[in-house]
Amino acid sequence: MAAITVKGLRKSYGDNEAVRGIDLEVADGEVFALLGPNGAGKTTTVEILEGYRHADAGEVLVLGLDPARNAPALRARIGIVLQSTGIEQYLTVRETLSMYAHYFEHPRQVDELIEIVGLEEKRDSRVTSLSGGQQRRLDLAVGLVGDPELLFLDEPTTGFDPSARREAWQMVRNLTALGKTVLLTTHYMDEAQYLARRVAVMAHGRIVAEGSPDSLARHGGDARVRFRVPDGVTPPFDIAASDGVVEVVATDLARTLHEVTSWALANNVNLDSLDVLRPSLEDVYLRLVGEAAS
Amino acid sequence: MINLRRTLYQLRFTNLAYWRNPSSALFTFAFPLMFLVIFTALLGRHTFTLDGRLVHQTTYYVAAMASYGLISACYVNLAMVMTFQRDQGILKRVQGTPMPSMAYLAARVIHALAVAALLVVLTAAFGRIVYQADLPTGMALVRFVVMFLVGALSFSALAFAVSSIIPNADAAPALVNITIMPLLFLSGIFIPLGDHAPTWVKWVGKLFPVRHFAAGMQSGFLGTAFNWSDVGVVALWGAVGLVIAARRFDAEPRV
Repeated sequence: MAAITVKGLRKSYGDNEAVRGIDLEVADGEVFALLGPNGAGKTTTVEILEGYRHADAGEVLVLGLDPARNAPALRARIGIVLQSTGIEQYLTVRETLSMYAHYFEHPRQVDELIEIVGLEEKRDSRVTSLSGGQQRRLDLAVGLVGDPELLFLDEPTTGFDPSARREAWQMVRNLTALGKTVLLTTHYMDEAQYLARRVAVMAHGRIVAEGSPDSLARHGGDARVRFRVPDGVTPPFDIAASDGVVEVVATDLARTLHEVTSWALANNVNLDSLDVLRPSLEDVYLRLVGEAAS
Repeated sequence: MINLRRTLYQLRFTNLAYWRNPSSALFTFAFPLMFLVIFTALLGRHTFTLDGRLVHQTTYYVAAMASYGLISACYVNLAMVMTFQRDQGILKRVQGTPMPSMAYLAARVIHALAVAALLVVLTAAFGRIVYQADLPTGMALVRFVVMFLVGALSFSALAFAVSSIIPNADAAPALVNITIMPLLFLSGIFIPLGDHAPTWVKWVGKLFPVRHFAAGMQSGFLGTAFNWSDVGVVALWGAVGLVIAARRFDAEPRV
């Protein structure tokens, strides 16, 4: 059974069409990333799935329930980690988790949660004394306190330094080992690539591409061969050049490389700056988002 | 029953956070007690007539500061805390759990009421011990408790209503105070109005709930007349507050 099914979802705020008819399916136990720039409609979509907002049109089923009608029943089974949401400043880590634990019928053990997110040393510290990364880990622990089947992570690492991001990623990976379904939103390509098995790219309220990170990379088009040439030398290729740096689009990489190296040998050009550039997922993403804009 | 259990458990954490937060513990709890000491020390030697009775200002301030204590806990602090919790996303986070919103909000109201009761008891004890002020007994005590409860619930409802109108947390302290400070002055809380106050001031007292509430609280201490119409006006304001809060109050941050 699919954990999340969305068909023809639409939502407008006044004249602003935030979500313009999207379809989604997230399988049980899957880590799914909704990737897109700010304002793409990710948060609106997720907040509809969480029951915070109501759709204008379309069908939404989360764990077999309609979030608009069964929010209380649904919330007993999901965990929500919102983007930069406040938490009571004057309680300790342990008190905070005990408080949230009693909101659920069958909560996880508080001490066990503290261990999962690695806050043992901060157990009895007030929330005010936690660093940004530690607060985010507490957010995650609060999201997990009800032992949810499905976890929503809205931009879990925005504003993190690189080491805190790595740490957070490791933690999300550990969750999937627990068999949780995770729906993640992010505007970082590498985050989606590292964490998710499937990615949907969202831009301007629509899903513009969907698939595994690898299959998305194939949307990127041809590789390019790039090298530097001495002043006054013009290679006989179909090229894009600037400041003596030449780029050749390689429809067939072996053939292009062969042509470039033969030309270089014949003309005594050394290719010590030669690079083969493959389209990165980042390029694919930027291209997809750019196309959606135009 | 489950909701009652949840409300009671929530109270524990609401209470912990309240006393650790300097702005609630100091600003809204210590202020009424501090004003009580200052006003009675500075102005306590005088007497004046109220409802044709000769009243000692010390006793007057014991009653007035008990009223102020309740307004501080149930209106000022609650309105600010709810606005902060909304804009920090705390309410939204709670809304995303199976905790019924009503159970969470009920814990806040019960806590405000308990803090108000504590302030009234401390104020009355101070008045009794230092100035031998009269305290309500018998039927006067019953009427006093009714006024206290109606006041606590009504000012709490007004707190939710005003919080739902406040555009963002930064504006909360200023807006909450501007809705209440002029009324505290014009309703005889800080300065006794006596029988010769200007007509417009008397009208302010008649229209808004503070004067009516203070009059009901006073009667227990001063032996002045207790009017059920005072209870009625406060309850009516509470009902208006409840309607506004029910329509407008939500958990979505506005910043």
